[in-house]
Amino acid sequence: MLQCEWQVTTTDRMAPRTLFEKIWDAHLVHEAPGQPSLIYIDRHLIHEGTSPQAFAGLKAAGRKVRRPELTFAVMDHSVSTKNRLLPVLDADARGQFEALARNCEEFGVNLFDMHSRNQGIVHIIGPELGITQPGQTIVCGDSHTSTHGAFGALAFGIGTSEIEHVLATQCLSQFKSKTMKIEFHGKRPAGVTAKDMILAIIGRIGIAGGTGYVVEYAGEAVRGLSMEGRMTMCNMSIEGGARAGMVAPDDTTYAYLEKRPFVPRGREFMMAVDYWMSLPSDFGAKYDATLDLQANELAPMVTWGTNPGMVTQVTERVPDPHSFQDPVDQQAAERALVYMDLKAGTPIGDISLDRVFIGSCTNSRLEDLRAASKIVAGKHVAKNLKQALVVPGSRRVKLEAEAEGLDKIFVEAGFEWRDAGCSMCIGMNDDVLLPGERSASTSNRNFEGRQGKGGRTHLVSPIMAAAAAIEGHFVDIRKWKNADGAE
Amino acid sequence: MQPFTKHSGLVAPLDRVNVDTDQMVPKQFLKFLTREGYGRVLFYDWRYLHGEKPNPEFVLNHFRYKGASVLLARANFGCGSSREHAPWAILDYGFRAILAPSYADIFYNNCFKNGILPVTLSIEQIEDLFRRTEANPGYRLTVDLENDAVTDERGLKYAFTVDPFRRECLLKGLDDIGLTLVHEPHITAFEEGHSNVPVMYEAVDVKFHHE
Repeated sequence: MLQCEWQVTTTDRMAPRTLFEKIWDAHLVHEAPGQPSLIYIDRHLIHEGTSPQAFAGLKAAGRKVRRPELTFAVMDHSVSTKNRLLPVLDADARGQFEALARNCEEFGVNLFDMHSRNQGIVHIIGPELGITQPGQTIVCGDSHTSTHGAFGALAFGIGTSEIEHVLATQCLSQFKSKTMKIEFHGKRPAGVTAKDMILAIIGRIGIAGGTGYVVEYAGEAVRGLSMEGRMTMCNMSIEGGARAGMVAPDDTTYAYLEKRPFVPRGREFMMAVDYWMSLPSDFGAKYDATLDLQANELAPMVTWGTNPGMVTQVTERVPDPHSFQDPVDQQAAERALVYMDLKAGTPIGDISLDRVFIGSCTNSRLEDLRAASKIVAGKHVAKNLKQALVVPGSRRVKLEAEAEGLDKIFVEAGFEWRDAGCSMCIGMNDDVLLPGERSASTSNRNFEGRQGKGGRTHLVSPIMAAAAAIEGHFVDIRKWKNADGAE
Repeated sequence: MQPFTKHSGLVAPLDRVNVDTDQMVPKQFLKFLTREGYGRVLFYDWRYLHGEKPNPEFVLNHFRYKGASVLLARANFGCGSSREHAPWAILDYGFRAILAPSYADIFYNNCFKNGILPVTLSIEQIEDLFRRTEANPGYRLTVDLENDAVTDERGLKYAFTVDPFRRECLLKGLDDIGLTLVHEPHITAFEEGHSNVPVMYEAVDVKFHHE
């Protein structure tokens, strides 16, 4: 008999439940008063960066991987985005790759190695292969695991000790999070993308505003986003302090998933959809916190400081630290402006750039590349730029983009077209900013040194990054043609 | 994991909010395969100038804080990346306890897995401790998990609370995995009621071990 993955749990509780509570309840293995609950993990994603010590711990304790078939490994953080057929010269990176391959082989874990046609950033390939599905619990030793919540899954980042715990037990010991609903009313204006929506949220709640919460994004503007856009939003939940972000599954979700390699087909698919349709929060479900925002008030966002909460609209100016009420914020802003080498009052549009990076688990999916390519088609990267990089999130994205001729558009416009990986988002390979260089980046973190020691990062959407590459400084993308339709 | 019961030590003040884990252990040090040896690179970009020359302006390089084992910090300590290299580095450097008004979730959790006690005090109490640390060279604090209090030698006493389960695990240095495996029958029962094996309906290029 066909059986969908999870049955709707029946409980004697009559209270309406949130999406988060439904998934939590369906995965409870054990609970006891005063203790964290044991929850079952459906999909465990691992990469070369944070897993070697977990496998070493398992071996030292003589333990096995309990459910190797539920674990998927990929090489993404340290891989070269240039010619991958060349030997890996970085001995430390080579050590990571070899360790991951060896551990996967020894414990029977599924592996997409750096030569796989399906290799890519872990948070890009999970969804695109349909490994990620609604209602699942998904963890990975990577804080941007929140990305997968876009499918109505409970997905969050864990540390290496917890990776080891999941490998050994397929469970995690967790305290139940509080819930926050962030509702975006109305429609977002043209030129405003999911990236701008999440940056606006972080600007509003601050980088610790979501600490302790699982955030559910809702409202017309969120419903109106493609899966790509929803992933961008959920991806940066952690930048607002929330370990997980979620969007309730709907027809957009099911249409995206249908016919993906790991998604059931035919009658099984219909049964899965039936289950997924039971997941959205019940009418009247209670949240511990709510925030209502108006999408029509949004504008393209640009970060000016050294965390994602230091963000403003493209038409604004670099803020005066004294404009912040809290002395702690004043001090942080002052320090950030020194690091960023920016003067208070400088119009955002006057900030000129050295490098542009379009990529990362936040913004490197096909739609991101399509939208950026429309902006740069027939134009050329500004002379003051040292480099403009496009790094597709996965090799599948790369192939699909090439089939549409996007690579040619980018290359003709003066961009470098690279192989898939985390690249300049974290700079563990050769793709880095040099000291003092300034980037417009579609990634997720503008921390000091994130893209290279002494590098200065401004976070923006793909269309904003594309336009900035053409002009050599930030511009208001709403004034350009071809900015419509970008997610 | 080494247990944490009570620790006395020199206090070092790190007067910055939102210290992220990228600062604790920058990316170039995430390529090692062990949990040990990260103390040398803790706060690398702040701590060292070109050629790994100690930056005299960075607080941990001040002579008076040499040998510190209690880290006094500001709000939202440990935000950003989930890298457990951050608490590994903190521990390897010699810190056993952190005192701050708030922490980021993943980092907070990771501390408990490594025998580090992250104590949460109010903003006012932390402010007071910064004042005391700066005013009194050689200022030491005792962080006592058995009695849930931070004390100094002059009679100061700040009580704190830690979740009772986490407290117990830290006091006894319990192995998380061992604790979970006590529930093995529950896990097996759960697995018997749920079929969640991934099926590859269309072949993809993975070293797939299970069909």
